Amino acid sequence: MSIVQRGWVEDEDSISKLKIKRDKMRYILATDVGSTTTKARFFMKTNEEWRYVASGEAPSTVETPYEDVTMGVLNAVREIEELLRHQIMNDKGTGIKIPFDGEKGVDLYCTTSSAGGGLQMTVAGNISSMTAESANRAALGAGAIVMDIMATDDGRPDYTKITRLRSLRPDMLVLAGGTDGGTVKLVIEMSEVIRAAKPKPRFGKGYKMPLIFAGNKEARPEIKEFFAGDFDLSIVDNLRPSLEREVIEPTRRAVHELFMEHVMSHAPGYTRLAGWTDLDIMPTPAAEGLAIQLIAYINKSNVLGVGLGGATTNVYSIYEGRFVRSVSANLGMSYSICNVLKESSIENIKRWIPFEINDKELENRLYNKMIRPTTIPQTLEELVIEHAVAREALRLGLEHHKSIATRLKGVKVVDRDLGDIRYEVEETYIKMINFHIIAGTGGLLSHAPRRAQSFMILTDAFQPEGITKLFQDSVFMMPHLGVLSTVYKDAAWNIFDKDCLVRLGTIIAPIGIAKEGEHVFDVTLEMPDGNNVEVKMNFGEIRRIPLPEGNEVRAVISPRRGFDAGSGPKIPVTSDISGGSVGVVIDARGRPLILPEETEERKKKLAEWIHSLEMYPPEQITKLMEK
Amino acid sequence: MSQQKKRLSKEAYAYTPGLKIKEAMIVSKTRILPITGEVLVEKGDMVDFDTIVARAMTLGDPYIFEAANLLGLHPDELPQHMVKKVGDEIKKDEIVAQYIAFWGLIKRFVKSPIDGFIENVSPLSGRITAREQPIPIEVKAYIPGEVVEIIPNEGVVIETNATFIQGIFGIGGGKHGRLKVIVDSPDESIKENTLKPEYKGMIVVGGSFITLEAMRKAIENGVIGIIVGGIDSSDLTKLLGYRIGVAITGEEEIGTTLIVTEGFGKMGMSHRTFEYLKLSEGKEVAINGATQIRAGVLRPEVIIPHSRLRKVISESSEIVGGMKSGTSVRIIREPYFGRIGTVVSLPVELQKAETESLVRVIEVNIDDGEIVMVPRANVEIIEE
Repeated sequence: MSIVQRGWVEDEDSISKLKIKRDKMRYILATDVGSTTTKARFFMKTNEEWRYVASGEAPSTVETPYEDVTMGVLNAVREIEELLRHQIMNDKGTGIKIPFDGEKGVDLYCTTSSAGGGLQMTVAGNISSMTAESANRAALGAGAIVMDIMATDDGRPDYTKITRLRSLRPDMLVLAGGTDGGTVKLVIEMSEVIRAAKPKPRFGKGYKMPLIFAGNKEARPEIKEFFAGDFDLSIVDNLRPSLEREVIEPTRRAVHELFMEHVMSHAPGYTRLAGWTDLDIMPTPAAEGLAIQLIAYINKSNVLGVGLGGATTNVYSIYEGRFVRSVSANLGMSYSICNVLKESSIENIKRWIPFEINDKELENRLYNKMIRPTTIPQTLEELVIEHAVAREALRLGLEHHKSIATRLKGVKVVDRDLGDIRYEVEETYIKMINFHIIAGTGGLLSHAPRRAQSFMILTDAFQPEGITKLFQDSVFMMPHLGVLSTVYKDAAWNIFDKDCLVRLGTIIAPIGIAKEGEHVFDVTLEMPDGNNVEVKMNFGEIRRIPLPEGNEVRAVISPRRGFDAGSGPKIPVTSDISGGSVGVVIDARGRPLILPEETEERKKKLAEWIHSLEMYPPEQITKLMEK
Repeated sequence: MSQQKKRLSKEAYAYTPGLKIKEAMIVSKTRILPITGEVLVEKGDMVDFDTIVARAMTLGDPYIFEAANLLGLHPDELPQHMVKKVGDEIKKDEIVAQYIAFWGLIKRFVKSPIDGFIENVSPLSGRITAREQPIPIEVKAYIPGEVVEIIPNEGVVIETNATFIQGIFGIGGGKHGRLKVIVDSPDESIKENTLKPEYKGMIVVGGSFITLEAMRKAIENGVIGIIVGGIDSSDLTKLLGYRIGVAITGEEEIGTTLIVTEGFGKMGMSHRTFEYLKLSEGKEVAINGATQIRAGVLRPEVIIPHSRLRKVISESSEIVGGMKSGTSVRIIREPYFGRIGTVVSLPVELQKAETESLVRVIEVNIDDGEIVMVPRANVEIIEE
């Protein structure tokens, strides 16, 4: 059940362990230990209001030769100390001083982590589209990267599955299979494969592989006997007790407990880090997911969220209260930037670049970013290239998300018209027209020098339809606030609203395709000064109408033949539209968005759109495009 | 907010790990088994490149077969038709289970597909799991030196005095061979026609670049390692037959180990790296292309054992140390990619880059005397 469905509940147990009462707190430190960078954020209470004050960042130090995450944390914290001249660490500089003693320290410290590859899992079930898929959703829901999904019917012979399991070194396994009371034969067969493979956990040589069994309860006695000795077995409620029901919460909880007990305690430096924090270390995607749910909860709306990181792309959807998370393990902007190239293609990346660059040069630049992942673009040319890759990473991440955000497959559906019984096979319920908010976070989006850049990266990649608000994380602190919200929701909400959530504006993008230049719809905006702005949109155009944050205007969208603004073809739509740092963007480029195939024509269109949205400094970008 | 504390440095402090290029240092290598096993040497022993220091037996491959189905039985009937029991050794094609009925008129057999033993017979699934005999895994010393620590049941730590050079990216695992420098300067490329048959078994050193044709020629001639400043990523893809998406390497089997010292594209090898390699020409050296790039990273390496200039440097003091004015750095991103210089200052205030981003910067006096400002994230320390 998502937060939207059950309401926001704080973790009372963790609250009782805080070193100082929440109403007495003055300073809070939160960090995120990422795969490439450790990000520290400092929050302060001023005039009874919690606000974000400063950031510090440093390379993460989880791998050799450092193998101690706390070094990266201290380096990031040291940056904040320098900026604020406020001592956060203890006098020896070996840890965080908690609580604030009137002169130094903070009152609460919490952290999230995705370093060292985050939480890596393999899941197995009987049927790919049923129990294995549910097991996958449960693992993803807990913030894991799912390395493989195995099923009796996945087409791979047992030997291949065994070889694969032996080559993977997941942190833990989830085994599902069978509805309660159904046959145990298939789940036993999958158990035989797992036991034969005897996979080794990634951390902690000599430790037993944690295995969560969340399948047919009738199979428990055999499962207990079968995995005794070589595995650390936990048994939880069946995550698919019947075809019509999916109950993933017990599995998700078990994953979280094992994550703390096994993965974190064996990861380099985490035991020390866990000793500093007031709360359990939370996987970054889990915390980010909380933040995205918070947006849906506050706005009472379907939300599509994305965290574009250095190693992974996490997509979150809250649709009619249902929360689904996908973690695309190797789609990222630094460590896995070349995997975006691999999965997308050089042509797909180049289609977003408005200037000439040869394939070899572009590839070499991406490979150089991969091998030096903490570098940042200094030139505009480099920035535009990274923004092109980001569009492709997000596009691929959404495709992956759609494959997970499905209704329960295999559920019996009675077709009233035909009197037929069929089984649910719908691929996805993610239809952009149903999402009225898109929210983005992650280093690249948060650090984009102009908000119009992140606005257009999200727009081009996700192609919102109808009327959609766009939000972004100001300086990448959604995971920080997500974990904080579990014990101090008021502080988290306060900071979230005032300092984290940047309202970029609203995009109006009717669905349809027409000939270049054809008049496709009109928009009338009743502006705050009482004047009407009337915009005639021709196919292929995009325009920006400035409308500052906090302003709302009434918009009337009148689509012409073949175009649909959300109520059906040619039907006018009237709606209140919110402003933001970018304003209102009216997009007549068509849905689906198709870029011209001819290179010069494509570059010309990209240039037009860039200028129209003032995405980059005009002089420099023109010079680049003329080069 | 509290006053400035004594512990806080007055000058902004930066921490950017760099590649190690050291003429002499004590190189310490931990050589451990992937699973627990037996250590074959003792503390204080002197070992060579190929000395086997630890050994373990890993589980053989398992095979699962549908025995009950093959015999035409219900799964729970299988145990009583087993000829071999759990734990019994089996030979390939040996009968492990049989069904004989009607005085021998109906005979069905299940034969073993492997040499090994029976691991499991399931009355629930009707399947047999058989496993091949354990396979030995051995770990070699990789570098010559002294065993300074024994990690019980896992492996050893070996130390040697050596020149140590880290590359930025590599392909292929650990090897050793004689070093041969085949270019005259760090800015010269390796050409196909310079790769002679007599370099078989050697590790060749080039300057700024190697073409795909030259790499193929090197492999054809039995060159076991190539150390070079840069390569084209597209050539790497062609050489491997697939595109590398994430930099986790070391397991490739292309016949040679490749170590790239600077990056992708044509890039002059760092003068110091070239100088150290040139000094060591003819020596037996260890190389490893294994690369894992995350934050702390595992970089490819060249280890040239020798007995001169033994210096004791604490690894931890180097890590804690950071960038200050006077530190030698290499710029690792456009527009000054590859330039070497010294830090002039580290302003605390954020500065606006061409991208319009506000970033923490560093002023660097680059080799020709020009002072440039670059984001701190875009330099790495050259460790002296």
